[in-house]
Amino acid sequence: MSFIEAKDLVHEYIMRDEEGNVEGVQVALDHLDLNVEQGQFIAVLGHNGSGKSTFAKHLNALLMPSEGTLYVGGMDVSDENLTYDIRQTAGMVFQNPDNQIIASVVQEDVGFGPENIGTPTEEIWERVEKSLRAVGMWAYREHSPNRLSGGQKQRVAIAGVMAMEPKCIILDEPTAMLDPDGRKEVLAAVHELNKTKGVTIILITHYMEEVVDADYVYVMDKGKVVMEGNPTGIFSQVETLKEHHLDVPQITMLAHELKQEGLPLRDGILTREELIQEIDRICH
Amino acid sequence: MLREITLGQYYPADSPIHKLDPRTKLFTTMIYIISIFCFKGPVAFAVITAALAMVIYLSKVPFSYMVRGLKTIVFILIFAGILNLFMTPGRELVSFWKLTISYEGAKNASLMLFRMIYLIIGTSVMTLTTTPNQLTDGLEAALKPMKKIKVPVHEIAMMMSIALRFIPILIEETDKIMKAQMARGADFESGGLIKKTKAMIPLLVPLFVSAFRRANDLALAMEARCYSGGEGRTKMLPLKYENRDRITYVISIVYLVAICVLRRFPF
Ligand SMILES: Nc1ncnc2c1ncn2[C@@H]1O[C@H](COP(=O)(O)OP(=O)(O)OP(=O)(O)O)[C@@H](O)[C@H]1O
Ligand SMILES: [Mg+2]
Repeated sequence: MSFIEAKDLVHEYIMRDEEGNVEGVQVALDHLDLNVEQGQFIAVLGHNGSGKSTFAKHLNALLMPSEGTLYVGGMDVSDENLTYDIRQTAGMVFQNPDNQIIASVVQEDVGFGPENIGTPTEEIWERVEKSLRAVGMWAYREHSPNRLSGGQKQRVAIAGVMAMEPKCIILDEPTAMLDPDGRKEVLAAVHELNKTKGVTIILITHYMEEVVDADYVYVMDKGKVVMEGNPTGIFSQVETLKEHHLDVPQITMLAHELKQEGLPLRDGILTREELIQEIDRICH
Repeated sequence: MLREITLGQYYPADSPIHKLDPRTKLFTTMIYIISIFCFKGPVAFAVITAALAMVIYLSKVPFSYMVRGLKTIVFILIFAGILNLFMTPGRELVSFWKLTISYEGAKNASLMLFRMIYLIIGTSVMTLTTTPNQLTDGLEAALKPMKKIKVPVHEIAMMMSIALRFIPILIEETDKIMKAQMARGADFESGGLIKKTKAMIPLLVPLFVSAFRRANDLALAMEARCYSGGEGRTKMLPLKYENRDRITYVISIVYLVAICVLRRFPF
């Protein structure tokens, strides 16, 4: 069994009026199938409203499936007895860094999760130190979150999740509110956790550049997985991506246009270095 | 500009008062408040002053910080002082034009002033030497017995600490919205009370919307991190009494007894 296994997953948001009568039904996940192996770095792409956040909330048992099944680390998310085990196994980082930091001191915020699950005091401190060091925020442990930059706040939020020692971290557009430097900083921290601690990462994002280094990519549209594959494979299909209202990284776009103008470049060029190499190759 | 407002005016220093357990400080402050309202006679007054001076000296917080709290209520103090001075009937002390100051009036006014000033300074000592988090932790522990009568003590303490975290964020946001509305020609300054109040509506509506959105996000984030109320939670900074706390308890009880004894012999 895979670490994360979604089969025919359906989620319907039911809108009710003031008397509680059903006004409308919004199908956010429509028979979604998806598998993730332990230790992978997964990116999930999709146009606004394609159901990415809805799916992320299922992985953390914040939402329950309307139909179908979802297993996280072998646990069924619809089993309410397992909710807290699932939340410990799969931690979640949200978009807005301000709205997920609870305490007024960095280290106390990182300790919030372990406190909730009843970790003994000495162990909380060990975990807080380990997690803050892992994201490079140990020097700021006594600071107030209000005085940190967006990227730093987001790294504190990641440390807060790490302190619960999860097997998997789901990041729902963690860089959407950050400047380019903050984005790089957060991405670097996430990759580091994936490589050194073997944490499974599920990164939901709008920025194509962040997807380039992922092991595997899922593209969602209208609540379904419409494309999947490694980044090179996904970005070779520029036209299909456009149909799903998605862009490709700028370099890939450039290579694509050059190719349409007649240059014999290969598909799926993701980085500047690759493009330079290709041009070098066809020139000789 | 609004950003500069600091809340929970903690003054970090390495002093014996800072090191005390927040529960001890809450208890001592309560004893102190009782003493300034029930003492009688100049000797007791001298004892209270000496005790306060001693604590301020030990706390290593500059005296100017203690008096800062007084600035905000200086008008109330003057107003209440004047009322007491002229409105208390009794033996005439001085009289000019239509006003009379009675002997009792002078006594009441000075007592009232003294109590207010000592109250503010005394409580400032506590808030200056205790971080907001320690304070909420201390309150939670001190109010624990109330749990038996179904007072949601843990929830109240959690609400207080979340409020302390979000007030600066909301203040900053108010500032931003205000500037945005001013850029569109909103006028918050001119006009009478009604006009000014009306001008606040375009400020308050977006502020509330955003506060609700933040509350919703935060609740989700707390849930995602396994928060499920006070049951089964451990503490990162558990409260623990040390010898200095026990000594402080003994001293404050002796102090209260002394003040009570001095009531019977008001020199
Ligand atoms: N609480 C809700 N009630 C009703 N409908 C909702 C709710 N949350 C989301 N939806 C709807 O479900 C669909 C999927 O939303 P979701 O937030 O999962 O999309 P998303 O891929 O995360 O989009 P974005 O990129 O904008 O974050 C959308 O059509 C949205 O309008
Ligand atoms: Mg989303």
